[in-house]
Amino acid sequence: MAQFTTLTSRVIPLLRTNIDTDQIIPARYLKVTDKAGLGDALFADWRYNADGSPNPDFVLNQPQHRGAQILLAGDNFGCGSSREHAPWALTAWGIRAVITTDVADIFRSNALKNGLLPIVVSGAAHAKLLEFVEELPQCELQIDLATQQMTLPDGSLVPFPIDDFSKTCLLQGVDQLGYILNYSERITAYEATLAG
Amino acid sequence: MAQQPNSPAVLYIDLHLVHEVTSPQAFTGLRQRGLRVRRPDKTVATMDHSIPTTPLSVPIADAQAAAQLQMLADNTKEFGIALYGMDSPMRGIVHVIGPELGLTQPGMTIVCGDSHTSTHGAFGALAFGIGTSEVEHVLASQCLLQTRPKTFAVRVEGRLGAGVSAKDIILALIARIGIGGGGGHVFEYSGSAIRSLTMEERMTICNMSIEGGARAGMIAPDDVTFEYLAGRQHAPQGAAWERALQRWRALPSDAAAQFDKSITIAADELEPMVTYGTNPGMGVPVTSRIPDPAQISNAAARASMEQALEYMGLQPGQALLGQPIDVVFVGSCTNGRISDLRLAAQVMRGRRVAGGVRMLVVPGSQEVKRQAEQEGLDRIFRESGAEWREAGCSMCIAMNGDQLRPGQRAVSTSNRNFEGRQGKGGRTFLASPLTAAASAVSGHIADVRTLL
Repeated sequence: MAQFTTLTSRVIPLLRTNIDTDQIIPARYLKVTDKAGLGDALFADWRYNADGSPNPDFVLNQPQHRGAQILLAGDNFGCGSSREHAPWALTAWGIRAVITTDVADIFRSNALKNGLLPIVVSGAAHAKLLEFVEELPQCELQIDLATQQMTLPDGSLVPFPIDDFSKTCLLQGVDQLGYILNYSERITAYEATLAG
Repeated sequence: MAQQPNSPAVLYIDLHLVHEVTSPQAFTGLRQRGLRVRRPDKTVATMDHSIPTTPLSVPIADAQAAAQLQMLADNTKEFGIALYGMDSPMRGIVHVIGPELGLTQPGMTIVCGDSHTSTHGAFGALAFGIGTSEVEHVLASQCLLQTRPKTFAVRVEGRLGAGVSAKDIILALIARIGIGGGGGHVFEYSGSAIRSLTMEERMTICNMSIEGGARAGMIAPDDVTFEYLAGRQHAPQGAAWERALQRWRALPSDAAAQFDKSITIAADELEPMVTYGTNPGMGVPVTSRIPDPAQISNAAARASMEQALEYMGLQPGQALLGQPIDVVFVGSCTNGRISDLRLAAQVMRGRRVAGGVRMLVVPGSQEVKRQAEQEGLDRIFRESGAEWREAGCSMCIAMNGDQLRPGQRAVSTSNRNFEGRQGKGGRTFLASPLTAAASAVSGHIADVRTLL
């Protein structure tokens, strides 16, 4: 898995609440059999007009956000379907962190397995970040996972929570399947106890 | 099974359900690592999401869907997994066939790369949706890393009125707590109204736990559960059945169990529910008017409702009753079981689908389809002007060609009314099979209680 240590990037504001995974990547793009190449499908129904041309009003299409790697999203990001295509599409486009006031459980789990950092902050911290992004769209935010802090353009720090295990996995790029397979003997012993 | 300090538990999975859409990349991962499926005997696959609901005797027109379905057939063959494939008489939506075959049993841990895996919680199983990386984990190790969720007691007391059903209970719950209200929690549904529900009704409720933000929802197993399971193909038989019953009877929570959160809903006060917006929490009684975003103080919530109403083409203050519709969809893992079709048919009998309305009835499994045909339900639907289809997810997720056109409005018995869920630009009103059928014959959103 891709490591995540620090990230410095401009921030894309996408403030709708309850952005579900059907918006992140509509179901018609799930007929693929690979993980790669889903960047073009990201937010497809918001990003493209009916004729397939880019919708200039949608934030991802705006020139000042090109190359940005942090998404500032509304509450309860990633709700709905369990499709891991959502973090695949986000990371393929270039997003490495999503900051919100709450993130849906399955999306969080999927994001963490793809080197995509979900950051949950208070409403006040979220509002402060938004203020910066709106006033100074070109300003950069620094994320340091090891210290669990974001540094705002004015130098102020915003801490964020993450459980120890997920943090270690991201910092070291730990492969969770490898971790589980270390338990193979225990699994075999457990299976021997199962009722027939 | 095991847990280190400050780390998630290694949870053993008793049943892993697999379908064509979220598994290809997981099998590819196994192949790249040179791993096998640890317990093919605890893994069961079916084809449901991208499969056509038109007769499968003709080749599948969508080449991408056809390739994905073929890949599942190839993968299950290579790794020795049972597949209820294209030509299987027991094929169907994964959350319909699991219970139908008796695979789903109380006390099990059940996962599937699909968020509606919460359905199986109706049997007192811990069942939840996972992503494709986790599908790979379970295929390879039969285990998952999990942290213990918090608990949320949902007590539903009293009796449902005529025309009010399980779907209305769950839509009312989500309307009250919001679609993020159950985040980090598992629901346990209890109370006299839940006890009096059939297994199929309980599945409808547990199915939509995820729409309230909870990965899983459970109902303690009881005699209704055991009666449903007895004699099913994969349920224990003979002495094993007696031993299983003993285990299962010990599963329910203690009467004094403490929950992190709780809510009580009075069943007697519920009305048929319909959603008006673009998430399942935007639901109101069918007799209500469209809420006014201006009344909402929270700016983000207000903006979200304004966007929803604009997408749906609705104005604040309009009555829901009488809103014109184009399509009615009866089916899905929420409401595609035989009892759902019976309820819809009961309303359709002797009536016609209104002019200009297209109605699709899609059984949740081929077994449901056969049963419905034995009971003559297919005739009732066909004679009323509805389309009678083969089993699949169909217009719930709109991956297989069954979909709304931009701007069309549908009353749907499925589980999600997100923007574009039933086809780009399509507008979904979620409701029960009774409300869907009543709306189909009326040509607009209707109160089934006036037709009973």
